[in-house]
Amino acid sequence: MMDVRGNFPRSMRISLFITCYNDTLFPETGKSVVRLLERLGHQVEFPFEQTCCGQMHYNTGYQPEAMPLLRRFVEVFKNAEAVCIPSSSCVAMIRDHYSKMAEAAGDAALVRDVEDLLPRVFELTELLVNKLGVEDVGAYYPHRVTYHASCHSLRSLHLGDLPMRLLRKVRGIKLVDLERIDQCCGFGGTFAVKNGEVSAAMLEDKLRCVVNTRAEVCTAVDNSCLMHIFGGLHRQGAGTKTVHLAEILAATEEGMA
Amino acid sequence: MTETTSAARSAIFDRIQKANSSVQARSQVADYAAISREYQQSASKHRAAILETFAERLREYDARVHQASSMTVAEAIRIALAEHGQHSALVANAFPKEWLPDGLSWRAEADAEVDAMDKAEGAIVTCKVAIAHTGTIVLKDARKLTLLPDRLLCVVREDQVVETVPEAFARLQSLATDALTFVSGPSATADIEMTRIRGVHGPRFLDVVLV
Amino acid sequence: MSIRVGEAAEAPSFQKAAHMLLKDDQLRTNVRHATDVITQKRSHVVAEQHDWQQLRDAGSAIKAHTLRFLDHYLDQFEAACTAAGGHVHWAADADEANRIIVGLIQRQGGREIIKVKTMTSDEIGLNRALEANGIHPHETDLADMIIQLGHDQPSHIVVPALHKNRRQVREIFMQAMGLKELGDRPEDLTDAARRYLREKFLKVKIGFSGANFLIAETGGVCVVESEGNGRMCLTLPDVLITIAGVEKVIPTFRDLEVFLQLLPRSATGERMNPYNSLWTGVHPDEGPREFHVVLLDNGRTRILADHESRETLHCIRCGACLNTCPVYRQTGGHAYGSIYAGPIGAILTPQLFDMEHSQSLPYASSLCGACYEVCPVKINIPEVLIHLRGRVVREQQSGASLEAIGMKAMARVFATRRRFEAAQRLGRIAQWPFISQGWIHHLPGMLGNWTAVRDLRPMPSQTFRNWWRGREKGNSND
Ligand code: SF4
Repeated sequence: MMDVRGNFPRSMRISLFITCYNDTLFPETGKSVVRLLERLGHQVEFPFEQTCCGQMHYNTGYQPEAMPLLRRFVEVFKNAEAVCIPSSSCVAMIRDHYSKMAEAAGDAALVRDVEDLLPRVFELTELLVNKLGVEDVGAYYPHRVTYHASCHSLRSLHLGDLPMRLLRKVRGIKLVDLERIDQCCGFGGTFAVKNGEVSAAMLEDKLRCVVNTRAEVCTAVDNSCLMHIFGGLHRQGAGTKTVHLAEILAATEEGMA
Repeated sequence: MTETTSAARSAIFDRIQKANSSVQARSQVADYAAISREYQQSASKHRAAILETFAERLREYDARVHQASSMTVAEAIRIALAEHGQHSALVANAFPKEWLPDGLSWRAEADAEVDAMDKAEGAIVTCKVAIAHTGTIVLKDARKLTLLPDRLLCVVREDQVVETVPEAFARLQSLATDALTFVSGPSATADIEMTRIRGVHGPRFLDVVLV
Repeated sequence: MSIRVGEAAEAPSFQKAAHMLLKDDQLRTNVRHATDVITQKRSHVVAEQHDWQQLRDAGSAIKAHTLRFLDHYLDQFEAACTAAGGHVHWAADADEANRIIVGLIQRQGGREIIKVKTMTSDEIGLNRALEANGIHPHETDLADMIIQLGHDQPSHIVVPALHKNRRQVREIFMQAMGLKELGDRPEDLTDAARRYLREKFLKVKIGFSGANFLIAETGGVCVVESEGNGRMCLTLPDVLITIAGVEKVIPTFRDLEVFLQLLPRSATGERMNPYNSLWTGVHPDEGPREFHVVLLDNGRTRILADHESRETLHCIRCGACLNTCPVYRQTGGHAYGSIYAGPIGAILTPQLFDMEHSQSLPYASSLCGACYEVCPVKINIPEVLIHLRGRVVREQQSGASLEAIGMKAMARVFATRRRFEAAQRLGRIAQWPFISQGWIHHLPGMLGNWTAVRDLRPMPSQTFRNWWRGREKGNSND
């Protein structure tokens, strides 16, 4: 398959960091990433020793508890050619905090390892468009779809229009704009539980916008937000379901049949 | 009181010095000079476009703009005041008297008490510099005069109009310790339901004569 | 030292306050409307400012630099202001500031003062201290007047009464001003305020203000405002007293060229606000003949000492982070239990003042990052929030809270592959009692907050790693 510049990217060995909650709760997303990358001619590997990036601990105030998870991540992926992560918030955790944490720990070797590894860590859409140079991944998805830009994808990774560029090339898809796309859905990790009522009020606003699109599917690059949004949609009895972007990009005509 | 405040002073300075003991790598002068100032600092437009922007911004603030040449300033002021049905005005101490139109009953700022200012029909002043990008005029002194009457008229010379805020500050540097007032349109508030209302306590009407 | 932040000591936790406020539909509609209007105006005038990011960089750099040399600049300001005929006073905390201010007013024999909007005076609880000493403060900012006359609390740092609509304001004014008739158009209400205050402006001999910027180089002070009430308070009285936090100082006159571009666009969505007043000490021909400035610490130097969060002191109180914050937009400002609301309140209040309720504030955010994106001086509020959460966890040191136990257990699970995989198996079993028709509708304990409004899909029967394992063995069906 050719990339946007008409080059055939060489086959890469891509290590998948599936993330703890995708592993446990959303295996379909991981399977889709594997199918997609293999379809594009790359080799995917999954190191079994991986667990969690430490985001939940770190963001909730348990920073010392996140430290061993940082070490673990670095240990597991140190020699990877590229790390693919289908979760923008986990990428944000790694990119925004790992250097600082390693420095605070006063561990110079760790700081070096982190700085060395970071340029090889990619969120899925970054990997596809920026690293592999593809926008048309050969997907087919004949549904009405709206895209929710998660906060970390938007304001931490600055993905910009990467996800939309990929979606626009999907055959059969009908894309509808989501109103107030830059508004937080109210998930926020432990925020959804610690400030459940405010989180619910934020979700209500988001659901109104989603339902207004009359989309069959609401997609995003984070299953965490989608779990929250789908949970709300299901409780309200709305017909829209949520699907991770990787699953849309992995879908093909053959797969549908 | 002097004692307690100086005790507070030394306690505050102590705490600041302690907090900063590990962060001052270079001298204050060098550190200040290292601040990056990549923002726009000089004009990027032609004079005509700058003047046009200035007038446009003023109009957006609900100010009225009158064009004049150095020969017709008095006439322009006469017309501007006539539009408000205004017959008298208080005139800033520094205002050139030859620009005042005949038939206007005027009084100098220096002779007017606060009560007289409160009751005056309007005030007439000049400015020190004007900023096109923000529609701002910068006044020196005359703080009460330009505040209490309900109408303010300011004569602005074209060569006083700069494009950007940084250019204005460069020109104002020699007046840095004077009493300066930046005026951008008539007094206004949006405190009630975000509806912009002209004129709360300051002048409700602003006229600018551009010379 | 007794640091105080308004009435925050008596405030309930954010969650409790939010619970009540979320039921107030009128308030939420008002807050929503106001924040929508300001954010729209703001994004319009920010978009047209092509060097916005460079201005933010400079603003942030100037502030960071000033903090590094704060003692130098305060010293310079004091010397220059004194040389220009001003008097500089230092207050370590709220009580000391109040004592100084009351003393200055009493020396003049003053019974009333006219005040222009100052958050800092609300922080130290000045109005209460004045009234306790028989001095009446007249708030002259339209919004502050609405708050004062309505015996209310401010809910926003720039537009303190944004939670009130025109009809509510009309009622407050009619009652407080003793009016029999009054229209409810904003024009009518503004006009009523103008007439009510004009007489006070001309009569009261002592003015009181805050400061947006103190200029070290000149000893000058800058106040930014819209209505003209500020100019009245700054120029008509014989005596002017200004209060400012020590972090308000900037190095030079020229630095204003950065902040006077950042502040109005961020605060009210205007290219420039109607009035900026600049004065230096006492001016011979006009204005007050006596000028005092009270420089306040009240916890600021403590923030300075924490290098991970000192950027909190960059704040120029523009309010942009409040307007854009999805949490603030739901609850309004009162939920934060402090005069400093929204994202800046969530980081400032708990640092100034470690009272109990403020421990809930660092958690009053989904860490969505919208505040950081709009902040004109680039305060990374989400980072500071996370840092403060760490402090809260450490200070609740018991380690015995249910949350702490859960978090530590989770950390142990993630520490080895074996435990992680065992937990995945265990989770699938433990969830059985809660599943009905393929979904989870109710969960016990804290997790019940999740299922209060959302369903949860149960864990699927196969984890990703099990699928991968099967695939490697070559017996995967897909
Ligand atoms: S933190 Fe930033 S955005 Fe918020 S009020 Fe302060 S300066 Fe404005």
